[in-house]
Amino acid sequence: MNFDLSQDQKLLVDTAAAFAKRESPIARLRSMREDPVGYSRGVWKQMGELGWLGILLPESLGGFGGGFQDAALILEKLGTTLVPEPYVASVILAGSTILALGTDEQRARWLQPLAAGDVTLALAYAERESRFNPAAIATVAQKSGAAYRLSGEKVFVLNGHAADALVVSARTSGSRGDRDGVSAFVLDAKTPGLSVRSIKTMDGHHAAMITLQDVEADASRLLGPAGGAGGALERAVDLGAAAACAEGVGIMQTVLAMTRDYLCTREQFGVKIGTFQALQHRCVDMFIETELARSASMWASIKADDADDVERKTAISAAKVQLATSGKFVTQQAIQLHGGIGVTDEHDVGLYFKRMHVLNTLFGDEEYHLTRFASLPSFRAGIDAIP
Amino acid sequence: MDMSFTPEHLAFRDQVRAWIRSAMPPHIRAKADVDGAFEQGEVMEWHKLLFRKGWIAPHWPKEHGGPGLDATSRFILTEELELAGTPHLSPFGLSMVGPLLMQFGSDAQKKRFLPKILSGEEVWCQGYSEPNAGSDLASLKLRAEDDGKGHFVLNGQKTWTTYAQYADWIFCLARTDPGGRKQEGISFILVDMKTPGVTAKPFLTTGGTPAFSETFFENAVVPHENVVGPLNGGWTVAKALLGHERTVIAAVGQSARQLRRIKRIAADTLSNGKPLLDDPGFRAKIARLEVKFRAVQMANYRALASAQLGHAPGPEASILKIRGSEILQQSLELAMEIMGHDSLAWFNEPGVIPAPEQWVASAFNYTRATTIYGGTNEIQKNVIAKLILSLPSR
Ligand SMILES: Cc1cc2nc3c(=O)[nH]c(=O)nc-3n(C[C@H](O)[C@H](O)[C@H](O)COP(=O)(O)OP(=O)(O)OC[C@H]3O[C@@H](n4cnc5c(N)ncnc54)[C@H](O)[C@@H]3O)c2cc1C
Repeated sequence: MNFDLSQDQKLLVDTAAAFAKRESPIARLRSMREDPVGYSRGVWKQMGELGWLGILLPESLGGFGGGFQDAALILEKLGTTLVPEPYVASVILAGSTILALGTDEQRARWLQPLAAGDVTLALAYAERESRFNPAAIATVAQKSGAAYRLSGEKVFVLNGHAADALVVSARTSGSRGDRDGVSAFVLDAKTPGLSVRSIKTMDGHHAAMITLQDVEADASRLLGPAGGAGGALERAVDLGAAAACAEGVGIMQTVLAMTRDYLCTREQFGVKIGTFQALQHRCVDMFIETELARSASMWASIKADDADDVERKTAISAAKVQLATSGKFVTQQAIQLHGGIGVTDEHDVGLYFKRMHVLNTLFGDEEYHLTRFASLPSFRAGIDAIP
Repeated sequence: MDMSFTPEHLAFRDQVRAWIRSAMPPHIRAKADVDGAFEQGEVMEWHKLLFRKGWIAPHWPKEHGGPGLDATSRFILTEELELAGTPHLSPFGLSMVGPLLMQFGSDAQKKRFLPKILSGEEVWCQGYSEPNAGSDLASLKLRAEDDGKGHFVLNGQKTWTTYAQYADWIFCLARTDPGGRKQEGISFILVDMKTPGVTAKPFLTTGGTPAFSETFFENAVVPHENVVGPLNGGWTVAKALLGHERTVIAAVGQSARQLRRIKRIAADTLSNGKPLLDDPGFRAKIARLEVKFRAVQMANYRALASAQLGHAPGPEASILKIRGSEILQQSLELAMEIMGHDSLAWFNEPGVIPAPEQWVASAFNYTRATTIYGGTNEIQKNVIAKLILSLPSR
């Protein structure tokens, strides 16, 4: 057992921390909120040059040959200043799906430009009535000759408004909720019949509501076997959840430090408010919750690449529930301890609060992951040890 | 980062499990199965079995009779003992005064006391708290006056002295110099419980079990050589000890076992013909507690791995006592809730309630202490506020 970072990982962390601070301080998110895209292609390209966009990819695809743990280290640092580039949508969600399902040709076509920072991607999997289950979809892909015709609606597609290409899930057989029968297609954003409505989300980002009307996709667009994408999509969304946990730790750590500093400077009743024991203990609770969320997030990122689905799901669901509990508490108390200023748009603490809400909801909320955690076989392990 | 045990560590774990299975005497196993409160005799019987196996003091260095295990193996040994519900050994000799003597004791003191702590020939208790000195320990008043003939004469009272009624020796903080700041003038003194004038008067705990005593000192005469560390330097010695104490109290293994017990009870308890373990509401409650537990367990693994590599304890270590003790309490609360009416029963004949539930009510009451002893959780938070967050003080 060893939780120390390797030399390479330490370097990665230092680079990511410096990058967040220098290239994208929190003021940048603030100023990008009204921009129709919400991030910059130039910064994206820089991330490509740093090797971050190919972090999960093999070297043959221009990648870094790393694992999810490395991505999580970057995400935690990006969380500290709320860097708006679509890392999760492109690298974690769409990128991992294409990597898992694509042929060599498909991988080369989509992932090489991703690694270089020349394109951004999106994964369109959520629907109005699917809630958080990627198999509960109504979008269909009907076979017509050698091609497929896709029809349906996707909601809150992260980076869907600006992605160059989208991975879209659609049912080719089976019925709603079945993991079998779900297929994945990779479509250019400009494909006829695919219409994209850009919307704003609470965290200052943009996303898309997407309608597919008889969208034609030939066989080169199908990722993996027809009807066989369910497992990979489930895993991609899980990686999204683990990514949210890592980013959330960066957020908690940042607002904890902000709050601590405020307690050391703000005066009322003629003393620093940090001398009040009620506030000291609250701040300690924030610290404890941050450390617990960090511990759970480490567990999730270690197990994210595990070949055993149950191991992966157990750790990720637990970490996502912990993120919800800790993240809510820490960001809420951060506002509370700032008083009135904490509720102004001018102050940064609200930006972190909002992003935390988004992270808590995406990729399965607390209730979803709690239920999943309790229905896994791991939940019953060890009962027999008690006679 | 890597969470797996090496093949050597896995083999060690199998060895520990096999040994526990074969070494636990049937009457101890029967009590372990229901997590009953062990009698002092049973605890010492188990102590001696572990001593003979060489595993009694996994954290002691080899030169003092420890087994020379690495941090991970020590952790495995402790966790497996807890998971199997074996009797909790008294920490006062093995985890407190023992390590402290190694750090501050004279060679003569080490030679005199350490071997008998290991073998279990001498049982220890801790005389820190007094009726008016709990969290504010430095205001303690037990007086130790020099009689000018090579002795201290002790007068005063300690309280909440766990198992003083069974102890052969007590380590005390006593005031050897009444002047100066309250942290000064305190000495760390070892007292034979058979010394004339020393008496222990046990309390019954809310768990219905005997645990701690009031300990009285009336002109108890103790030789100078029983002072550990410098005269009037006892506060430094005492503080070192609190560090040894905290990691023990996270009780991760105990909570893991309690979670299993909760699930066992929930699987066996029917409501409308269906096990409560399949009831969505109860499942969610259990799952929520388990998630909290897993996060603390992971923090514990982090602390362990860091110790293994010889690093100083990081911030994750300081949270273990606070959350670990809370989770143990919450797990007993949840077990009580799942038991429903059965949770009302109090020390009846076997058969009134199912065996797995038998000791839950007692433990539910007694574990209220976990957030109090070893420095209350409020005091722990004061320490984190000051030492880790560097928040201002008035
Ligand atoms: C089961 C059990 C076994 C024990 N075994 C031993 C033993 O073997 N030897 C031994 O010496 N002692 C032992 N203790 C004593 C234990 O260490 C003390 O109970 C503990 O330190 C608290 O002291 P107190 O009981 O006097 O409570 P107090 O210090 O009076 O505290 C009362 C309440 O006030 C709070 N409080 C006090 N000061 C502050 C502050 N500055 N800021 C915020 N809150 C504060 C406390 O957290 C607590 O909630 C044991 C206690 C228990 C329950």
